[in-house]
Amino acid sequence: MPHMTSAPELSVATAEVLTCNVQPLLHEVRHALARLLDDGGRTVIDLRSLPLAPGEEQQLLDELGQGEVYARLHALGPTEIIETRYPGVWVVVHFNSSDEVIGKFIEVCDIPDLLRSQQEDIQAGLEQLQAQLPAVTN
Amino acid sequence: MSKDETLGEALRRQGITRRGFLKFCAATASMMALPPSMVPAIAAALEKAMRPSVIWLSFQECTGCTESLTRSHSPTVEGLIFDTISLDYHHTLQAASGSAAEAAREAAMQENYGKYILVVDGSIPTANPGYSTIAGISNSSMLKETAKGAAAIVAVGTCAAFGGIPKARPNPTGAVAVADLIKDKPIINVPGCPPIPVVITGVLAHFLTFGTIPELDALGRPMAFYGQSIHDRCYRRPFYDKGLFANTFDDEGAKKGWCLYKLGCKGPTTYNACATTKWNEGTSFPIEAGHPCLGCSEPDFWDGGGFYKALSMPTEDITRAAVYAIGAGAAAGVALGAMNRVKQGRAEKTHQKVTINDLEKVTGDD
Repeated sequence: MPHMTSAPELSVATAEVLTCNVQPLLHEVRHALARLLDDGGRTVIDLRSLPLAPGEEQQLLDELGQGEVYARLHALGPTEIIETRYPGVWVVVHFNSSDEVIGKFIEVCDIPDLLRSQQEDIQAGLEQLQAQLPAVTN
Repeated sequence: MSKDETLGEALRRQGITRRGFLKFCAATASMMALPPSMVPAIAAALEKAMRPSVIWLSFQECTGCTESLTRSHSPTVEGLIFDTISLDYHHTLQAASGSAAEAAREAAMQENYGKYILVVDGSIPTANPGYSTIAGISNSSMLKETAKGAAAIVAVGTCAAFGGIPKARPNPTGAVAVADLIKDKPIINVPGCPPIPVVITGVLAHFLTFGTIPELDALGRPMAFYGQSIHDRCYRRPFYDKGLFANTFDDEGAKKGWCLYKLGCKGPTTYNACATTKWNEGTSFPIEAGHPCLGCSEPDFWDGGGFYKALSMPTEDITRAAVYAIGAGAAAGVALGAMNRVKQGRAEKTHQKVTINDLEKVTGDD
């Protein structure tokens, strides 16, 4: 039996017809952005609930591109918050502590809620600082 | 987490910030297939949720459902949900066995009577109780006894929901589903062979969050996950609409990722979340891997007439599911059916049966 030195070449073509959901999604984002300007209404689109062909999600993210803000949070695993090239349109990706994606959203808002310091956390931080102060030497 | 502690208190005690909690709620909403606008309501409900007791009974099953749940990537949001329940009895996972395990079940039942969730995987034999017993107790007796004090029952997997493979013809054990034996409790069917792990935990999360059972379809399945057919959510659906089909597993259509309808795909009659939630950490689902949907979350899928027969082909036994088949693509389905029948007739005429003798002759020649 001949010894196989390299993997055989497989010819796998990519799909020629896609779900065509990328453009409607971008229109939805456009409407959401107009609404944000109009009455400040926020919109969140859960990308996990939509049928997209392999490669289409990337196409959507490529269309949205990357803007001025990139933030990485560490709360129950990392979260990436990226403002797209369209201000007010954010891509929020939640990971678990094994770096696996557990949620992917497009948020249309001035700032995603998760970026703000939360009241409860501010309160806890204040108590922590007060407790820490006596131990701080000049 | 103690039984008197709310989920919010437990998470804070573990050092999880409000920001982390909101992320948890966003992922939980996504997991429960609820719109993101529900996140504030989920946060408010989970903050106050108490830890429910869960008793998990396994009957005639292959442990695939438990595998599906425990082999899901960890630690995860599902893991956190799982941590927030008190799993008081699961004879595959618990250390205790025999009478000690049964004592744990009875203790959990007494302590949480009327409040615990009963999860069942596997079907129940009725032909002879001796076909499947646990600690000498027949499956049927254990189910009836444990169901009495349950707030709700979750039938996990197609075996518990509809009888599954044990019920396949000729059903030697007289296997039945949970709902065939228990008539006085709310039953949530979570079928699939196995079900998607986040669908199992999504149902538990719903109960934990709202303290109620989710909206169910006519077969007792949560609408959030089983509300739409695989076909309607399939990324290959546009190929079906354009009449582009794979005819064999290695033709041009298969390589181009066209619709698998003619290869027996049961997507049009199957209601499940595979096409959007997907498997293996959201990597893909059977159709994306090039294989037709088997329809494993539907009743009697094993006896549906052949995994590789197109839906509109006449089969020996049209299942309940197949009755409301096709829907949107009725005309195309009828045309395909006609094509299939012609092909089938031609194949039958040219078909030569292979006997054991033929196989032995080939082996002998080697």
